Amino acid sequence: MPDTTVRDTAPQDGAYNYAYLDEQTKRMIRRAILKAVAVPGYQVPFGGREMPLPYGWGTGGIQVTAAIIGREDTLKVIDQGADDTTNAVSIRRFFARVADVATTTHTEEATIIQTRHRVPETPLTDGQILVFQVPIPEPLRMLEPRETETRTLHALSEYGVMQVSLYESIARHGRIAKTYNYPVLVNGRYIMSPSPIPKFDNPKLDRSPALQLYGAGREKRIYAVPPYTPVKSLDFDDHPFEIETWSESCALCGSTESFLDEMIVDDTGKRLFVCSDTDYCESRR
Amino acid sequence: MSAPLLSVRDVGKRFGGRVACRDVNFDLWPGEVLGIVGESGSGKTTLLNCLAGRLVPDSGSVAYETRSAGSVDVHRLSEARRRLLARTEWGFVNQDAREGLRMGVSAGANIGERLMAVGARHYGEIRGQAIDWMARVEIDADRVDDRPTTYSGGMRQRLQIARNLVSKPRLVFMDEPTGGLDVSVQARLLDLLRGLVEGLHLSVVLVTHDLGVARLLTHRLMVMQGGTVVEQGLTDQVLDDPQHPYTQMLVSSILPV
Repeated sequence: MPDTTVRDTAPQDGAYNYAYLDEQTKRMIRRAILKAVAVPGYQVPFGGREMPLPYGWGTGGIQVTAAIIGREDTLKVIDQGADDTTNAVSIRRFFARVADVATTTHTEEATIIQTRHRVPETPLTDGQILVFQVPIPEPLRMLEPRETETRTLHALSEYGVMQVSLYESIARHGRIAKTYNYPVLVNGRYIMSPSPIPKFDNPKLDRSPALQLYGAGREKRIYAVPPYTPVKSLDFDDHPFEIETWSESCALCGSTESFLDEMIVDDTGKRLFVCSDTDYCESRR
Repeated sequence: MSAPLLSVRDVGKRFGGRVACRDVNFDLWPGEVLGIVGESGSGKTTLLNCLAGRLVPDSGSVAYETRSAGSVDVHRLSEARRRLLARTEWGFVNQDAREGLRMGVSAGANIGERLMAVGARHYGEIRGQAIDWMARVEIDADRVDDRPTTYSGGMRQRLQIARNLVSKPRLVFMDEPTGGLDVSVQARLLDLLRGLVEGLHLSVVLVTHDLGVARLLTHRLMVMQGGTVVEQGLTDQVLDDPQHPYTQMLVSSILPV
């Protein structure tokens, strides 16, 4: 693993601390991360700070990234797979400014990849860290509104209710209709929300060589999946987990293996399918 | 039948200075239906919640004879064991079916929840069992994918019973299961309950204020007033030859039809 310790913590332009957050906050977040890594899938509360962007734009992910980033790191930020959306560009520029790090759009070059809604198509490698921005960390929230109760359910591994929601989906739609934020069982113990990534990306989480860190800013929770940890998508024996498939291929690079976005390109309703992962797509053209 | 299923000793519960129930003693044997009657506010429901592990009594003990692990003190168990017990060996039927059901998911999911909670992972089998149980409680099988919100009050109550019985419990707590239903629906539900209790050899603790329900369903009766048990005995005995003044008043206040 590359050394991500912060060697020089001196403020660089007099106005901000290194990587924006003060050192005490970063220590607190690192403690939460260590605990999260030690208990895969368990949601660790942390004292989330106000960040210079609204909740829902990646405050959790940014705090995690700020706590682990060092000068030698190379950062990549993606939003829905794309490197060039407003959110991705601003977060990348933010860290280039406050942490003085190199940034990249190439998955292979990055040591830290902060992501919203996607896992890159290019397989991740040892030493890379994937930081997810998480809106709702509690996978049972829509089934059980009480926080005290969901914590008890996690503590006692009482996950019948999660299965009930999948049952209901089959009863109503004939199949498990959940396509994103598809619940997973981490290391055979905790049920975890993989953040709103498409279920297409769920298999990439399983035994991934990269460390996965999940930060929820509004809910102030951090959880993690250490490298090579089993991550199983929930399903039924007679309705096994399946990922999305497309009959088309990417209009730009011709890929048949990546996650495709459908776009309507003119007023007559002409459709185009393109890779959602822009870096992957460009590298193939 | 070597040991009682439930052994209740000196159970008492107070809320602040107010005594909800005190010095309650009884044994419940396998296959027995015990009725708890009394006016509202007499501590029936509090007692039931204490027995079912939902409230912690201030004094006394509740011992339950488990299937495999012998006798356990319900309130000394770890929370995990108690909850496991509650969803495998016990059932709890609420007066208001909305409290006992998940109103947002289909009837099939409601019945299947306990199965899935203990590890069932085959959709077809779970649904098959749900349909089987719907037939047993006389609900049309084609309503299996409908939500309980579309059910009538009587159907909801029967669904709640099916949801509890699917895990083959030995002991079911019922809190006014026929309350709030009209009389013809009540009669059918009572009929159904009687059949299920006999067929499955269930033990039941039934709280009710309706002496008619008590006479039809229960073998033994406990009469409560102001938190204490004033009289207990065989149902026929208590109802036909009440000894305590309060019981006499209760029995005589049934409106003749």
